[in-house]
Amino acid sequence: MTSASANAPADKILDVRSLVVRRGDRTIVSDVTFATSRGEVVALMGASGAGKSTILRALAGLDPIAAGTISIPRPVAMVFQFHHLFANMTAHKNVWLALVHVFKRPHADSERRAQQLLDALGVGHRASAMPHELSGGEAQRVAIARALAIEPPVLLMDEPTASLDPARRGDLASTLRELAGQGRTIVVATHDAEFARACAHRVLMVEGGRLR
Amino acid sequence: MNARIPAILFVVCLTCSLAASAQELRWGGDAEGGAPYVEADPSDPGRVVGFDVEVAQLLASGLGTTARFIQVGFTSIDAEAARGDFDVGLSGIEDSAARRARLAVTIPYYEFREVMTVRAADAGKYRSLADLRGRHVATLGSTLAYDLLVDAQVRDGIVPVTYEDDVHPYSDLVLGRVDAVVLDAILANRGVRRNAGLVNQPSTLAIGHYVGILAADRTALRDRMNDVLRNAMRDGRLEAIFKRWNVWNEDQPRLYARVLADTSSYPVPASSLAPSPDVARTLLDSRSWQAAARYLPALFRAAAITIVLSCLSMGLAVVVGALIASGRVYGAAPLRIALTGYVEVIRGTPLLLQLFVLYFGLAAFIQLPALAAALLGLGLNYAAYESEIYRGALEAVPVGQLDAARTLGLSERQILMLIRAPQAFRLALAPMTNDFVALLKDSSLVSVITVVELTKETSIFASNIGSWVVPGMMCAAMYLAMSLPLARVARRIERGWRHA
Repeated sequence: MTSASANAPADKILDVRSLVVRRGDRTIVSDVTFATSRGEVVALMGASGAGKSTILRALAGLDPIAAGTISIPRPVAMVFQFHHLFANMTAHKNVWLALVHVFKRPHADSERRAQQLLDALGVGHRASAMPHELSGGEAQRVAIARALAIEPPVLLMDEPTASLDPARRGDLASTLRELAGQGRTIVVATHDAEFARACAHRVLMVEGGRLR
Repeated sequence: MNARIPAILFVVCLTCSLAASAQELRWGGDAEGGAPYVEADPSDPGRVVGFDVEVAQLLASGLGTTARFIQVGFTSIDAEAARGDFDVGLSGIEDSAARRARLAVTIPYYEFREVMTVRAADAGKYRSLADLRGRHVATLGSTLAYDLLVDAQVRDGIVPVTYEDDVHPYSDLVLGRVDAVVLDAILANRGVRRNAGLVNQPSTLAIGHYVGILAADRTALRDRMNDVLRNAMRDGRLEAIFKRWNVWNEDQPRLYARVLADTSSYPVPASSLAPSPDVARTLLDSRSWQAAARYLPALFRAAAITIVLSCLSMGLAVVVGALIASGRVYGAAPLRIALTGYVEVIRGTPLLLQLFVLYFGLAAFIQLPALAAALLGLGLNYAAYESEIYRGALEAVPVGQLDAARTLGLSERQILMLIRAPQAFRLALAPMTNDFVALLKDSSLVSVITVVELTKETSIFASNIGSWVVPGMMCAAMYLAMSLPLARVARRIERGWRHA
């Protein structure tokens, strides 16, 4: 594990150059440049308000960028700090919804795939539960399953340990390593140094909207 | 000492006002009735003019007092007279057996004929009510003419349409919304004067009389008023008043001769209408539950109109409200401004005014049937309120869920249909139920555009039997029977969703 501001790996899958994000007159992120390779877990670390989440939102296409370029393969999936599961449907439907309505996969196949993902993440038995019936850890696993269902080459995660106890944090770190082992690139924003050490191949420090 | 001053002032004021009221004859009338009865003086809207105003002045001077006018709604004049809110009610009030049964009624001071008005082109076709089978015939509610039409409904198959005022029956006759109007000759002559292309048929459908009404226990004052009226019939003062207002005719001397020949309190029959056995029985059975039982089918019919109108209006309000809310949340700035303008105009003006504009105001451009105007008026009014509920509910769905949906590749339309709207609908259900119950009751306002729904039917029932107790209880029971199950269904749906 290294702590560098911008290492350029050989097989680049994500390439961010001179990224600037503004909200109104305020510059939130400025001159951020980094790249990641396939199967790499990169942690963006920094204090609250440093600009980590804004970088992830720009990568996901949720916030417009003011300057710079982002090269990222689609679809991009993101797991949010508060999971944001769709409150009007079961955990299972949360996972298969995009497969059916965006990727137009057959209904039965999509449901089967969703169940496999939930099983793999250890929450298969909670498939029929509504989001408000899930614990923080369960909801997060369902959110990860939902993100993985669309088979994204790059997975973005925002403060994934916020609602987890220490034992669960360890489990999550292992899960992320496993996913990376399967060739998935993961960018995770966190302020939890221990978690970053446990899961990331590389840590980028964010401070005042810039990479240090 | 100072603490006593307000008390002393209060006693002085009370004494002065009591002394003043003893010197005044407080008379109730409806200035909306217009000339020649009572109307605001065009040159001085603070005072009223009309033949009833002059009759009141005649009575007051005969009693050694001065007349003071009290504005009263025409339909509530009987109830207010019974409560003693004024000394005498005068506003083209028709003598009837029901009025004599519950109020002290003066001798008649004017005789009128009920006549039928039709479009000039139809004068040869519609000569009597019997020629109007299946046709709409307009009149004022709670009048002898209305009883006449209810009778003709059974006998000749006409469709009575009641109005709250005596102007719109004639304008709607010109527009073709109704095919005839039955009212007394004074109103009919005025209607024909004001609207080109109308004629009064020569035959008299019935004869009635105008009287003054007092609380039942004020027979002594009534008898003194009768003396004043008899004197005015003898010395020509009443004749002078009616001549001044151009309503004097040969019927009046004959009436006065009959009245002066008979010194009883009721020198002429209540009305020359020969009510059908049904109508007569209703009058005789007043204050009894038997009358209520006879009105029950009509009340059920009216309740059906109320529930159908409310359901259809709510359906329209939900659809239009959802479209407005979506436009305000997702639309471009000009659309958002236009929709906000619509919501503010509708919420900032009375529903009653909107109904008048839709039905009467737009009649020159588009003639909406009464039920369609009622449906549109209620639906479009409630759509403004519904849209605000939906907009609030749509904006209450956490933005994070919408972001999550966007990262999964769902389109904005898919996000609205699959995620945002279903959650918003759950949030909106409780206020929507509330609005539906409110709409159910607001639907009573459509009676002003001739739709006879539950409250209007109850009011007709109450004025015919002279009491609001039984009709009021029956009406309230029917509204509750409609609104309570609705609230239960809504609660069940909400519970179901909570456990889903």
